[in-house]
Amino acid sequence: MHGRPRKAPKPEEAAASAVKAANLRSLQAQFLHNHHNKTYTKEALDVSAKLLEINPEVYTAWNYRRLAVEHNLSQSESDPDSVKSILSEELRVVESALRQNFKSYGAWHHRKWVLTKGHSSIDQELRLLDKFQKADSRNFHAWNYRRFIAALMNKSDEEELKYTTDMINSNFSNYSAWHNRSILLSHLLGKRVQGFFPKEKVLTEEYELVHQALFTDPDDQSGWFYHIWLLDQTIKSDAPFLISSWPAHGFDLIVSVDKSPDGRASSPFTSFHSDTGTFPLILYFSQAVEGVNSSTITVESMLNSTNDLIWRPLSTNNSGTAQAWATNLNFPNVKLHSLETYPVKVSLGHSQGITSSSGFHYSHPSQFAFTVCVRPPNSEHGERQGVENILWRDENFHIYGTHFQESIPVVSFDQLSIKEDPEPTASNWHVQTIANEIALFRELLSEIDCKIGKLTLARLLMAHDTMMLYNSPNAYKVVHSEEVLELYRGLMKLDPSHSRYYKDEHSLVLFLQVTSSRESLLKHCCHYRDSTSTNIGGHICLRLNNLSLSRIGSVEQLLWVQMLDLSHNELQSIEGLEAMQLLSCLNLSNNKLSSCTALEPLRRLKSLKVLDISYNEIGAHSIDTTRYLCSSPLSHTFGGDWSFDDIVIDDVKVRNYWEAFVIFSGLNLTQLEVVGNAITDEKFKSFLVKVMPTLKWLDSEELH
Amino acid sequence: MGELEAEKHVQYILSVEKKKDDFESVVMEHLRMNGAYWGLATLDILGKLEIVDPDEVVSWIMTCQHECGGFGGNIGHDPHILYTLSAVQILALFDRLNVLDIEKVSKYVSGLQNEDGSFSGDMWGEVDTRFSYIAICCLSLLHRLDKINVEKAVNYIVSCKNLDGGFGCTPGGESHAGQIFCCVGALAITGSLHHIDKDLLGWWLCERQVKSGGLNGRPEKLPDVCYSWWVLSSLIMIDRVHWIDKEKLVKFILDCQDKEKGGISDRPDDAVDVFHTYFGVAGLSLLEYPGLKAIDPAYALPVDVVNRIFFGR
Ligand SMILES: [Zn+2]
Repeated sequence: MHGRPRKAPKPEEAAASAVKAANLRSLQAQFLHNHHNKTYTKEALDVSAKLLEINPEVYTAWNYRRLAVEHNLSQSESDPDSVKSILSEELRVVESALRQNFKSYGAWHHRKWVLTKGHSSIDQELRLLDKFQKADSRNFHAWNYRRFIAALMNKSDEEELKYTTDMINSNFSNYSAWHNRSILLSHLLGKRVQGFFPKEKVLTEEYELVHQALFTDPDDQSGWFYHIWLLDQTIKSDAPFLISSWPAHGFDLIVSVDKSPDGRASSPFTSFHSDTGTFPLILYFSQAVEGVNSSTITVESMLNSTNDLIWRPLSTNNSGTAQAWATNLNFPNVKLHSLETYPVKVSLGHSQGITSSSGFHYSHPSQFAFTVCVRPPNSEHGERQGVENILWRDENFHIYGTHFQESIPVVSFDQLSIKEDPEPTASNWHVQTIANEIALFRELLSEIDCKIGKLTLARLLMAHDTMMLYNSPNAYKVVHSEEVLELYRGLMKLDPSHSRYYKDEHSLVLFLQVTSSRESLLKHCCHYRDSTSTNIGGHICLRLNNLSLSRIGSVEQLLWVQMLDLSHNELQSIEGLEAMQLLSCLNLSNNKLSSCTALEPLRRLKSLKVLDISYNEIGAHSIDTTRYLCSSPLSHTFGGDWSFDDIVIDDVKVRNYWEAFVIFSGLNLTQLEVVGNAITDEKFKSFLVKVMPTLKWLDSEELH
Repeated sequence: MGELEAEKHVQYILSVEKKKDDFESVVMEHLRMNGAYWGLATLDILGKLEIVDPDEVVSWIMTCQHECGGFGGNIGHDPHILYTLSAVQILALFDRLNVLDIEKVSKYVSGLQNEDGSFSGDMWGEVDTRFSYIAICCLSLLHRLDKINVEKAVNYIVSCKNLDGGFGCTPGGESHAGQIFCCVGALAITGSLHHIDKDLLGWWLCERQVKSGGLNGRPEKLPDVCYSWWVLSSLIMIDRVHWIDKEKLVKFILDCQDKEKGGISDRPDDAVDVFHTYFGVAGLSLLEYPGLKAIDPAYALPVDVVNRIFFGR
């Protein structure tokens, strides 16, 4: 029931209602009787018609009428007049049912069914539609029916587009018309229909149309989403391209089997320790792609004996598509004092196969190169003594000196300049259009303080920076981030109900700002040294703690990070971390992670050894917002039929901790902090110890 | 705003069952199976399902089943996928799925899949993404998802995705919160949420919250308690529910209660019904209102019921 006032009926109303109820009940009983006895006489049909005119939702009555029509048509022996009268009666019943309730799914469907019998004139249908669309211009049943009729009568997309123009001009606040326009226009642009090419000309006209709506009433949402769609059409490049890699172009990587004592490595940024004899090669694309494999990516080097590298998508789903892809390259066991350097050359795009989810091919052949130096094992240190316990205390972190500046592997967009066929990703039209929009919304904001104006300006400025960065990576610096941060702070105050949306966007801008230059990144890099430990390892930690971050961004600039401190933020999600394949130590303590399933990205991090998730909200919430973003039997994404009850570990039923089981059984941690979460008790901790045999330290206690 | 009048809502639901003779009850008679699901699921969320006699409910449900395996909305009404899901959900609530001939029911549901992957609601061929969700949810609860072509089913849903990130009933149909729930739910159950642009859809959904705190189903429409469910569950499945003001929404739902006679309405001071009572209470459960059982956003059943089905016993 919608929109019926809550009040006790007056006695006379109650009496009238009782009469109506009795009448309806009797019609219903008679109709069901006729239905079950397959009675299709005129009298019987009239009963169902009366019933449907009062209550069009009785779906069985529509079914009955269709059976009756089929029966009576077969009796009429195709006499045109009787066929006509049978079908006309159906159209009449539908029309009066729709007058009772124009949202009746059953009535609209019945009309479509009658039309497929080849009856009714298109003009009649358009007149009917006109009536319903005038009475309620947002009725989506009528709009759907209109599409059905347009297809039936081969009405062109241009004609229908004209209809949306008329509807919009008579009332800007008609989201249904804007929606329909976006559908029609995508068809026309996609097919390059005459008059709808080039795209730039069409989009320019559309901007003008939507500006009228936005400037007439900036609080009306109808034009907002259309503007966003236009913006997306303007800035997005169809074909995917490479935006960063690890190792980056021109990089001199040093790999070693044992941990490096301080001073032997030229720079901790370029050295990678691995006890498996392999190191990862990571590619990061501008959008999610599929088809990354040994035939689409050529890796030339002495390091891999065969060419059959296995590439894996770094995503938290099973789609087989991802923005980031990784493979492992082997490095040989080298003898003492032999410092040999191996060049590696990676080429992609020379054959088709890498495609975006919308079907566009990676089309710019490109290549990059780096060198790998394998450092011999350090015989003086011999066997490693136990497993180090990382202590995330401030006193263990020392501001990083600037003398390693030259080797920090950021601004990886540099490598784009080595494309064989350099082609700017944004044309003059794109740049000019965004600049125009920026000017226009600045003007709007100088007159009124409105939410959509601020939000759109923030999005435009970000789009501008990103576009320029991809276009000319060496010449352009991110310039608008301060202004955008200010806009989002303003929005949090202006529209507090959605403040956490703005906060998430604010976090993404902060990430962009921090990663946009060597100088800003170095401010957050620290040297980790535990004063109590004898191990003087060369850890460099990126510390992004205490920044009020609520989500993670700019991961493509952080592929090199091995130790990351994100503690004391407001992270609810760690989506994005799955691409950071080098991560071995991660501090997520004192955030807002609210379930084990939120840790799904960690399952892709094969090097992760040390994890701190203490003082979060795991176990404190009854509703799990990442329940369906994590592999599990609920979404048929956890291989095979798992009966969790079959797994019992020392009296602890896995079923009670299935989320923890799904996440932690895939990790190889040596150290974990979980204290300060609602889920954490002795039982849970003993469960974790059983699930992760590699664990040596749990909540600062050494396990034996 | 006061508190949730849990006891009064229980009484209201029981009273609806008894008054079969007023006009509104007769109008709803053909969808009694849906009504039973709304009422019983509400009782379960309120922790009061035990006051209902399961045997009585189960035997009534089974009299609504047809030879083809599908269920009608009430005794004597034709089978339809809408009521088949409600029947399965009610049996799941009572842990009585074992009374079903599962092969027969899943044959009925899977038989409604069309060549393009879409689903019809019944033999008369109305196609809608609502029916895609219902088929997928129903078969998954019966552990029979392998009976359909999941890939085609997913591709059809994706073909109904709009440029605002939402979904419509058929390709080209306008985005609508109810339809979005169906499509997001179906994608969640089939592990296909990667087809969704979570930020784009999340923003569209969070902008459904209007000044009063209530949620509407489409831009520039009035708020309505039933959208608390459609919008919230979708936002939860894509992990964007923190983008709305939960406290204001709790207040809006509580303001729609009939504090004297129980029940919840679409908007404050409108007439109450079981449909809005269920969506109000389920919405409060999604908002972690104290004292309520947690509900699963995809299967629209209490989490303990869903876990019992998927994690064995
Ligand atoms: Zn409603």
